[in-house]
Amino acid sequence: MIRIPCPYCGERDHSEFTYGGDGSITYPALDAPMADWLEAVFERENVRGLQLETWHHVMGCRMWLLVERDTMTHEIHSVRAAHTGLAAVLEEKS
Amino acid sequence: MTQTNRISGGLVDRSKTLNFTFNGKNLQGHPGDTLASALLANGQRMMGRSFKYHRPRGVLTAGSEEPNALVQLRAGAHQEPNTRATVAELFDGLAATSQNHRGSLETDLMEVTDLFSRFLSAGFYYKTFMWPKSFWEKVYEPIIRHSAGLGRLSGQEDPDIYDKGFLHCDLLVIGGGPAGLSAALTAGRSGARVILADEDFLFGGRLNAETFEVDAMPGSDWAERARAELTAMDNVRLMTRTTVYGAYDHGIYGALERMTDHLPTSSGKPRQILWRIYSKRAVLCAGATERPIAFGNNDRPGVMLAGAVRAYANRWAAAPGKRVAVFTNNDDGWRTASDLSRAGVTISAIIDSRDGEPRAQIPGATVAMGGRVMDTCGRKGIRSIKLVDGRTIDADCLAVSGGWNPNVHLTGHQRGRPAWREDLAAFVPGEDLPAGMAVAGAANGALTLAAALSEGRAASEKALNDLGISPNGGDMVKAEDEAADITAFWHVGESKARAWLDQQNDVTAKDVKLAHRESYRSVEHLKRYTTLGMATDQGKTANMLALAIMAECTGKTIPETGTTIFRPPYTPIAMGALAGRARGKDFRPYRLTPSHKWAEEQGAVFVTTGMWLRAQWFPRPDETHWRESVDREVAGTRGSVGVCDVTTLGKIDIQGRDAAEFLNKLYVNGFAKLAVGKVRYGLMLREDGMAMDDGTTARLGEHHFVMTTTTANAGPVFRHMEFCRQCLWPELDVNLISTTDGWAQFAVAGPNARKLLQKVVDPEHDITNEAFPFMACAELTICGGTKARLFRISFSGELAFEIAVPARYGDSLMRVLMAVGEEFDVVPYGTEALGVMRIEKGHAAGNELTGQTSAANLGMGRMVSKKKDCIGNTLSERPDLNRDDGLRLVGFKPVNRVETLTSGAHFIALGKSAVMDNDEGWMSSVTFSPELGHSIGIGFIKQGSERLGEVVRAVDLVRGKDIEVEIVSAHFIDPEGERLRV
Repeated sequence: MIRIPCPYCGERDHSEFTYGGDGSITYPALDAPMADWLEAVFERENVRGLQLETWHHVMGCRMWLLVERDTMTHEIHSVRAAHTGLAAVLEEKS
Repeated sequence: MTQTNRISGGLVDRSKTLNFTFNGKNLQGHPGDTLASALLANGQRMMGRSFKYHRPRGVLTAGSEEPNALVQLRAGAHQEPNTRATVAELFDGLAATSQNHRGSLETDLMEVTDLFSRFLSAGFYYKTFMWPKSFWEKVYEPIIRHSAGLGRLSGQEDPDIYDKGFLHCDLLVIGGGPAGLSAALTAGRSGARVILADEDFLFGGRLNAETFEVDAMPGSDWAERARAELTAMDNVRLMTRTTVYGAYDHGIYGALERMTDHLPTSSGKPRQILWRIYSKRAVLCAGATERPIAFGNNDRPGVMLAGAVRAYANRWAAAPGKRVAVFTNNDDGWRTASDLSRAGVTISAIIDSRDGEPRAQIPGATVAMGGRVMDTCGRKGIRSIKLVDGRTIDADCLAVSGGWNPNVHLTGHQRGRPAWREDLAAFVPGEDLPAGMAVAGAANGALTLAAALSEGRAASEKALNDLGISPNGGDMVKAEDEAADITAFWHVGESKARAWLDQQNDVTAKDVKLAHRESYRSVEHLKRYTTLGMATDQGKTANMLALAIMAECTGKTIPETGTTIFRPPYTPIAMGALAGRARGKDFRPYRLTPSHKWAEEQGAVFVTTGMWLRAQWFPRPDETHWRESVDREVAGTRGSVGVCDVTTLGKIDIQGRDAAEFLNKLYVNGFAKLAVGKVRYGLMLREDGMAMDDGTTARLGEHHFVMTTTTANAGPVFRHMEFCRQCLWPELDVNLISTTDGWAQFAVAGPNARKLLQKVVDPEHDITNEAFPFMACAELTICGGTKARLFRISFSGELAFEIAVPARYGDSLMRVLMAVGEEFDVVPYGTEALGVMRIEKGHAAGNELTGQTSAANLGMGRMVSKKKDCIGNTLSERPDLNRDDGLRLVGFKPVNRVETLTSGAHFIALGKSAVMDNDEGWMSSVTFSPELGHSIGIGFIKQGSERLGEVVRAVDLVRGKDIEVEIVSAHFIDPEGERLRV
């Protein structure tokens, strides 16, 4: 039961969002070698503390978000749009 | 029987009399009474039997921490077991029965259990009933289940309504005693949005149970005045009968409000409401709970907590006894003696475990400083007590005080640990409170009145300052701190008889010592081994004593021994309240298709598929078995024409200059070169290379595509595409909208499909085979100008189209199609016929796209383009997914055609035993094929595509079937696809 401040919609219940996954992963290019894809898809840190993760505001603005959350306390440190262009626009506005 | 133990004073309304029954006996009480206070007023000390030994038990407390006085309330379907008599408000006509006895409460046949108690010590479950092993299920378990347990469920559907709600506030004040009222008044007067919740039906907490003064008036009057002032404030919401049961993340609290439990009937209103409260700050003012002292036979009816005895006398004007003795280790016990004495109740003795001078003069009372109670006498309630020094003193009530434990429970719901305070001999809230929470008053260890009032105010002011609201609390209230000296004393070592710690679970001091001897020394192990602190009261009165005894055994201090972790809920919550309205068909919402009303009129049978309710088949009056209806629908479609509502398939509108490139990266097969006005089947993979979903995508314009997904994956695929668009390829110019609900879509399938549609499509649009061939699509108009989309795609294997109109025309279009189709004997078909035809055609669906199958498994390995890259293509090349003996999707026919295939059967070679080592794959979908006249199936088997014609066994151990099947092509009908192209 946590609250996520969506940069577009404002603070909302987590039930409006769907958890994505590890937000620190940079997916390789589609033609990257298999080793890169294996690492990106299967290798995961089990972070104790601050973790970057993706959430989808599926019941709201549908924006994919990058959320910095503390896995011990659920404290949310930052939220920004995953789409680089959107993030820049929203930051300019605020 | 009249109210023999009713005394003067109190907060009960004597102008009205309420009639109620206890075990069928007619009794009277007054508004303001709880069931427990009314029973005591009527001289009824014994209220139940204990869980394990069936010992007579009376009420121990006056609050929600009650371990003993659990009763069943009401009758029939409304019957509620395990209700604490201490919190059940009396109403006229209330019917209560005691629990856990066979025969009457007074003569319980199970009482013999007590004689065998030495065989039922801690951990007896783990030691007895071990042999013979076969006895467990048939003998031991039924006996244990029958004899153990608390109340009984009615076994009927709960007829009450439960609701859920959401509240927001600046400051949540948990508990409406002196600290809570003080906090709420401060915040309310300062203009903050405040919620004040208390589990009681009266605000005031201990103020109603004591004889203290606040602002020179009786404490209960001051509480009433505070309530009135708060009620008049628009920014304050007062919630009585509301237990804040859990502290969750980000300032969210769970609360249960009991709306109608105090009324004879709910009258159609929700019985209880489960609230989720969003607070910016919270002050926990939950008070404290008194704890007993352990000594021999300290569980007899009449042995009560001293604070409870005082509460019954002061608040409820019910004397728990005629001759009351007090056993205490602190100053609080003396207040019970003086309050009751003043109310005219005889105090026979005061036994204080501390040395020194008596703390008060109580007329007629024997005083034993440094004394200890060793044992009690009396079969169904105490008659006398025995002291360690040998004296016997008559008493029909023994008020015991071992000190007070701050109610720190909610401070630990985020794993915070309480801290020990030696001067109070109690745990107080630790440092790591849930974010936004402060604690004030007795819950914080401020066990005296003036301290509680000022702490409540200070905590409120601090919270207001944090929120940028300037505190404006008015004058300080005037009150004095009462004496509260304590010297820790936990149990009387001289007692030979069993000394009870947890009365709800029948755990004794000896059990704790036994657990220690058997090395269950951690508090968490102690709890599980002895059942200490479990069940409805969660050991609120028991745990500290057990900790102290364990600490003695181990030679550690109490803080070193530690407490078990506190978890929600603080007090029990009915399952009904957690479920709320999500019961039966309202368990979760479901969507209706555009043709739902029409289908209902036809008497369709419906089925839940994902989030939708769909027509499963359309029975005719003469049809008695579902297969008759389904076979007819299939035959009608394959013979002439059928119509099926396929609106539920996910539809995603894709637009943008890079839409084609986007699809190319998403699907394994190419879409960049798909011509405008054409449709293509596409398969998409997950990043790990496994098949994710399939469907068709139509190109309506150079930069405009419409994708369909399977019904079940509509949401996940859309999410996946949004992820790709936003997170992976933000540089692409592409936008997505889910239009699943926006368009009603119908499959029109069968040899006469075109003829039927030509009667609907406006004449300027040519849909002949030449102008509109297989896999064509167009935006056109129907029925004289209604906007529509037409796709020539087929799931059934017949000449088929899917026609889409804006959803609001869906119902009309269904009716039009059926009307103009009459001359072709058009049939509506449901999901069953749809499934039959897709299996006959060998199309993969949910049973095949399980997330564990690859494109190669599905026989679509060659579809994966080598000319371009897409999500998942790299990892789909993992060696293990490309083994020569990999699974392939193929068809199966029973060798003996009368046999019925079952899905889930596993394939085993002829002559081999049916064990995992010989497993070669599984049957994923089966149906009876009306066209072929026998059962068919599709499934995955090793190297399937190279084994056509071979015979294997389909072994279904669950259903006890072992059938020889022939491996065939999955395309049972029209393998060349000629019907599609006519």
